[in-house]
Amino acid sequence: MGDLTFKGGVHPYEGKELSMDKPIKEYRPHGELVYPLSQHIGAPAKPVVTIGEHVKIGQLIAEADGFVSAPIYASVSGTVKAFDKRQNAMSNYVDSIIIENDNNYEHVEYDEVEDVTKLSREEILERIKKSGIVGMGGAGFPQHVKLSPKEPEKIEYIIADCAECEPYLTSDYRLMLEEPESLVEGMKILVSLFPNASGIIAIENNKPDCIEKVSNLLNGVDNIKVNVLKTKYPQGGERQIIFATTGRKLNSSILPSDLGCIVLNNASIMNMYKAVKFGRPLTHRIVTITGEAINDPRNFDVPLGTNFMELVEAAGGFVETPEKIICGGPMMGFAVSNMDIPVVKTTSAMLCMLHDQIAMYEATHCINCGKCVEVCPARLVPSRLAKLMEHNDIEGFEAMHGAECMECGCCNYICPAKKHLTQMIRTGRQTVLTNRRKKK
Amino acid sequence: MGALLNVSSSPHVRCKLTTQKIMLAVIIALLPATIFGILNFGPYSLVLVLVTIGTCVLTEYVFNLVLKRKQTVNDLSAVVTGLLLALNFPSTLPWYLAIVGGFFAIFFVKMVFGGLGQNFMNPALAARCFMVISFAGYMTNFPLDAMGRATPLTRLKAGEGVDVFKMFIGNTSGTIGETSVIAILIGAIILLALGIIDITIPGMYILTFSIFILLFGKHGFDMHFLTAHLCGGGLMLGAFFMATDYVTSPITTKGRIIYGAILGILTGLFRIYGASAEGVSFAIIFSNLLVPLIDKISMPLPFGYNKPKKEGKANE
Repeated sequence: MGDLTFKGGVHPYEGKELSMDKPIKEYRPHGELVYPLSQHIGAPAKPVVTIGEHVKIGQLIAEADGFVSAPIYASVSGTVKAFDKRQNAMSNYVDSIIIENDNNYEHVEYDEVEDVTKLSREEILERIKKSGIVGMGGAGFPQHVKLSPKEPEKIEYIIADCAECEPYLTSDYRLMLEEPESLVEGMKILVSLFPNASGIIAIENNKPDCIEKVSNLLNGVDNIKVNVLKTKYPQGGERQIIFATTGRKLNSSILPSDLGCIVLNNASIMNMYKAVKFGRPLTHRIVTITGEAINDPRNFDVPLGTNFMELVEAAGGFVETPEKIICGGPMMGFAVSNMDIPVVKTTSAMLCMLHDQIAMYEATHCINCGKCVEVCPARLVPSRLAKLMEHNDIEGFEAMHGAECMECGCCNYICPAKKHLTQMIRTGRQTVLTNRRKKK
Repeated sequence: MGALLNVSSSPHVRCKLTTQKIMLAVIIALLPATIFGILNFGPYSLVLVLVTIGTCVLTEYVFNLVLKRKQTVNDLSAVVTGLLLALNFPSTLPWYLAIVGGFFAIFFVKMVFGGLGQNFMNPALAARCFMVISFAGYMTNFPLDAMGRATPLTRLKAGEGVDVFKMFIGNTSGTIGETSVIAILIGAIILLALGIIDITIPGMYILTFSIFILLFGKHGFDMHFLTAHLCGGGLMLGAFFMATDYVTSPITTKGRIIYGAILGILTGLFRIYGASAEGVSFAIIFSNLLVPLIDKISMPLPFGYNKPKKEGKANE
């Protein structure tokens, strides 16, 4: 049997060899830490600390505001210094809590349980909800919401998305390699939440060592299996991974749970395990500091709120001043205008590029080559959608299913005319989605 | 850090393929046929090739200059048009008619519609058809080959015998670039291997054309007759280098299948029932006009959508 995959997609330069062979290094920040109140999809968290208050690692500093929201915990011990607007990766200034690190690294007592199998479904979900875990692949969707579908008995598959298809990123790879137990134990807990579910751990075939380790740990476990996926971008996309592993097709009008699937990111699952078993909230995450402009590219275990500039120093500084810095991967990450931004729950990487490949080329006329159609995983016609947007024809854009785009960037990557296809389609899609919301 | 970094919307990486590189690949792929044509028909063919390419590039350059538009000759598409057009000329064509053809292709077919990507007909072929109609005598004045007086296709149409092996190699009469099937196929393999063209259009074209000839060719299941038709005239050059022109062919695979089939049927119709022995140029030009319609009926269904019919059945 060949490795599982989907139709479309691209093979950009992977760049993973820069950082994949170095173990994760713990990083201890020295400056102030910044915690934006909105690090997830849903309502921003509400601060529960006051200025001057002393906090410890793992202490709640902002609570969830409603069901679709997530609490935020201190990642260092220190003093609450201010509430201020600070820049995030999208270059917006957002409400944040600022904590001055006292470098003592005291933490609160965690509520560890002896045997997780004795916990009830509600207790497990409550522990996950309390821990503030969101989709750590970049989406930032509060995970307890994902795990609370209307009809839990209809869930057939829990899919662990360990594809890590974005080029340059190796944080999920290193985590899986160094702590495969957390992934497997986490999956066992998650599968136990649903009476009819089995687990699928989906890994791209460029990580044979992870596949082997995880498979060995699954010896004797009947209801969880490893699925090997082809290495192709965007293999880790929700629709692509559901199709590759189950053959089911998701579109924008339904949720994965309607197809009996729940897809969770590998780092999220591992943190959920730590939350359920050890009672530890989400305070740290693995961040890949990489790119041709970095002296010593590697992965760091970073307290949330750490400033990007500190991490560059920790990774040996710059070889040369980069032209572009991306928060996340090169296909879907955000280009940042400066580095004075904090690591948040969804920060998977900081990619420092010596050259800006977008500025290198000039956009020319579409030559109708059809390459964008070939690579589009959503089976759209990107060149036509972009053309409709040039004429600002939103109705035509919607009629051609522009809203089905997931902004993976394949069309933009492949385009020989170097048109900014994804950007134009993104604009159209956002307009369509806003209009739909208004109608409701 | 004081200076601001570059920002842009994702994705932040680009593949290395550009329009210019695609055009360069097409030029390289056309070289075997070009070189063979020059060896076969003599050095004046080279003059025609250079004059036509020069006219095309100059026309585009001056057009952009006069209209104060951004210069686009760097994309090499004018070179491709000029080369293809020259390969469609007989080696006896007066050089000033090559200038007329090149000017027509670039000015009337390409630039007035907005330049590369906006033209609805293949410029080289449209210019060829214009030349065939306007200067019929010159455009069909093929040099005599050792065996007779006409091209293999005209002899085939008149019911005379042809040497298929010679046609495959290309030692026959015809336009500069169309005679050598082997040289064209070498170029086609280069383009296919580089992923510049896909096999759908030429494959469907040749398949449909073969079926048409076998069914309606009035020769029954005659393999010799079929091979002669496949190797004769502009079929191979047209199928691999002109029907596959991105701008004037459908954008989806489904559309390309339909387009290839229409090309095969039309070429067969023109060759068997038409007045002229040739049919490829007019078949492609006519099919170019159908491309917007083909595109309209061949738009793909997005991922995760079912055909409306199936849903209806499910509801019953």
